[in-house]
Amino acid sequence: MYRYDDLDQTFVEQRVEEFRDQTRRHLAGELSEEEFRPLRLRNGLYIQRHAPMLRIAIPYGLLRADQLRKLADIARRYDRGYGHFTTRQNLQLNWPALAAVPDILAELATVQMHALQTSGNCVRNVTADHLAGIAPDEVDDPRPYCEIVRQWATLHPEFTYLPRKFKIAITGSAEDRAASEVHDIGLHLKRDGAGEIGFAVLVGGGLGRAPVIGALIREFLPLADLLGYLEAILRVYNRYGRRDNIHKARIKVLVKSLGAARFREEVEAEWHAGRDSAPVLTPAEVERVRGCFGAQPYETLTDLDVTAGRAPRFLAWYRYNTRAHRVPGYRAVVVSLKAHGVAPGDATSAQMEALANLAERVSFGLIRVTHSQNLLLADVPQRALYTVWAELEQLGLATPNIGTLTDLIACPGLDFCSLANAGTLGVARDIQQRFDDLDYLYDLGNIEIKMSGCMNACGHHHVGHIGILGVDKHGEEWYQISLGGSANGFTALGEVIGPSVAQQEVAPTLERIVEVYRARRLEDERFIDTVRRLGLEPFRAGAYASHPQAA
Amino acid sequence: MRHILRRRELVVDDWTYLGEENAGDALIVTLGELRADEARWHAWAGRLGVRLAPADAPEGLAAELAGLALIAVEFPNPGDGRGYTQARLLRGRLGFRGELRAVGAGVKQDQVFLLTRCGFDALELAPGEDPEAARRALGRYTVGYQPGAPGVALQRQRFPAP
Repeated sequence: MYRYDDLDQTFVEQRVEEFRDQTRRHLAGELSEEEFRPLRLRNGLYIQRHAPMLRIAIPYGLLRADQLRKLADIARRYDRGYGHFTTRQNLQLNWPALAAVPDILAELATVQMHALQTSGNCVRNVTADHLAGIAPDEVDDPRPYCEIVRQWATLHPEFTYLPRKFKIAITGSAEDRAASEVHDIGLHLKRDGAGEIGFAVLVGGGLGRAPVIGALIREFLPLADLLGYLEAILRVYNRYGRRDNIHKARIKVLVKSLGAARFREEVEAEWHAGRDSAPVLTPAEVERVRGCFGAQPYETLTDLDVTAGRAPRFLAWYRYNTRAHRVPGYRAVVVSLKAHGVAPGDATSAQMEALANLAERVSFGLIRVTHSQNLLLADVPQRALYTVWAELEQLGLATPNIGTLTDLIACPGLDFCSLANAGTLGVARDIQQRFDDLDYLYDLGNIEIKMSGCMNACGHHHVGHIGILGVDKHGEEWYQISLGGSANGFTALGEVIGPSVAQQEVAPTLERIVEVYRARRLEDERFIDTVRRLGLEPFRAGAYASHPQAA
Repeated sequence: MRHILRRRELVVDDWTYLGEENAGDALIVTLGELRADEARWHAWAGRLGVRLAPADAPEGLAAELAGLALIAVEFPNPGDGRGYTQARLLRGRLGFRGELRAVGAGVKQDQVFLLTRCGFDALELAPGEDPEAARRALGRYTVGYQPGAPGVALQRQRFPAP
């Protein structure tokens, strides 16, 4: 876990004081809402449907127990006792008072946290694989590089007022658990022939209105050049990205309009022209940051059979909610925030506190946030798994559904977000209710549902095996369903199957779709593979059978 | 009378824009005006400055920089960040050493710290901005992560330029 030094601490404290002054000026009428808006956004503060929403940064999804406790405390004292974990590994509070936000930020700074650049047209939270550092198939741990990029991007004097928001994800594994190919920049750690660390660089991925998969513009970027090359990309974007139309301002539009080859030439030309003055990442700085994370003091253990004689519910949890670990005798535990009846990604203050305590006892005091809106205890000794399960079960955090259809991703939707066209939480509840039979879920196997309440695609619906997009139809909430998307290893964008359906028809339609899968699948074939093999037609036919309400 | 925050000092503007009343010897023309009559402006006896719009490429001035005492870079609103890149190119890549001035409705106290970090040494504040508040804002941060323009007082930078 990265620990702040004096520079980091001084910086966040000065940032809080700057925002306190800006908030004061706004409340005193010296800064209009229009003037205040870009300033508050760069401090994570939105004005939403009911109240302000504060998005707190959790860099690459990593939290210490004391930080999670502070989040719980803030949620209880300044909000309504819960928070919402997002696909970009941040935490959102839905009901803070605007005037209290500087105090909240000051409290965050006491535990080395902030809400910097979690919104606004700037470089956002740098995200990573939630299994970073423990995945057996990893080239290198991406988190020190995420931290380096985070620091470089923090209040970057040249790139704080970009044409549009800018998201970077770094992954070190072959399996892309960070959705890096749908980020503005995706960096894939790799080693060259000499064993030196570097990155494959993808640019221009993104979801939103015009979803696109990032283009590879560099096969191998040496580590020393990481920041210099990022500056070259950002500079080309800052100069030439469109500013006349918010819907055409993302870097993906620039990459597309120039063509990936031409965009690459622009970046390479800028990179070579600016090389003499570009920042160079020294081995000493990399080692300093790596050192700040510290090594986990793993015990020397051997792998155990923890399943013998255990109850079926524990066995199901072990199978679905735990993951392999590169260190013998350990496993990673996914803490499900997908209990039936709870909004996906929501956790109460009491749950956060209990989890912080648990993490201190069994997982080196660290908690991670996953891209799929769950939490993770990364380093649990196998001998402790049963008691961890029992405790999570008590807390309502052990629903054994990870990777199944009810482990769905959803943005907050119309219930909270002022951009949304339709609600997502009600639909999520319907789906959880209709698919509450675990045996049926297990029979369906791995199905990823991703749902967004509008075209901005915060719920990543384009890359869901099943995507659900809320649309407004003459003032009513309807839902468009797509199939065949994937963000995991083989990135693909889903295709809409047909006319949108009414809210109460979403869950029944999904059931008809998965019934087509059950009828047509080959042995052990996953849902997504059946969709790829058969194409959309049989699913389309099944989805709309006996369905009078499609329009 | 315009006030300019120049290296933290509030001074009366000693420059005028072409077309203003009382246009003097120290004159700022737009890039378009410069190109429309290069012979006249290259032979200008007084001090000459050029004003760049956000879409203007600073590289186009490379051959003329020695004859320019000032370059003004326009920020039409605080959200248009192209001028930051123009400044860094002018200072870092093209080696411009004259006055680099941020102008326009986007030059406000909440931007001045970033502007000076990119190499602006003169700030023509947006109308209505309190110059004292802007001067205080220059001192909001004592630390930063990136290499900035020379002369910007920061205790320590994490990623220094080579």
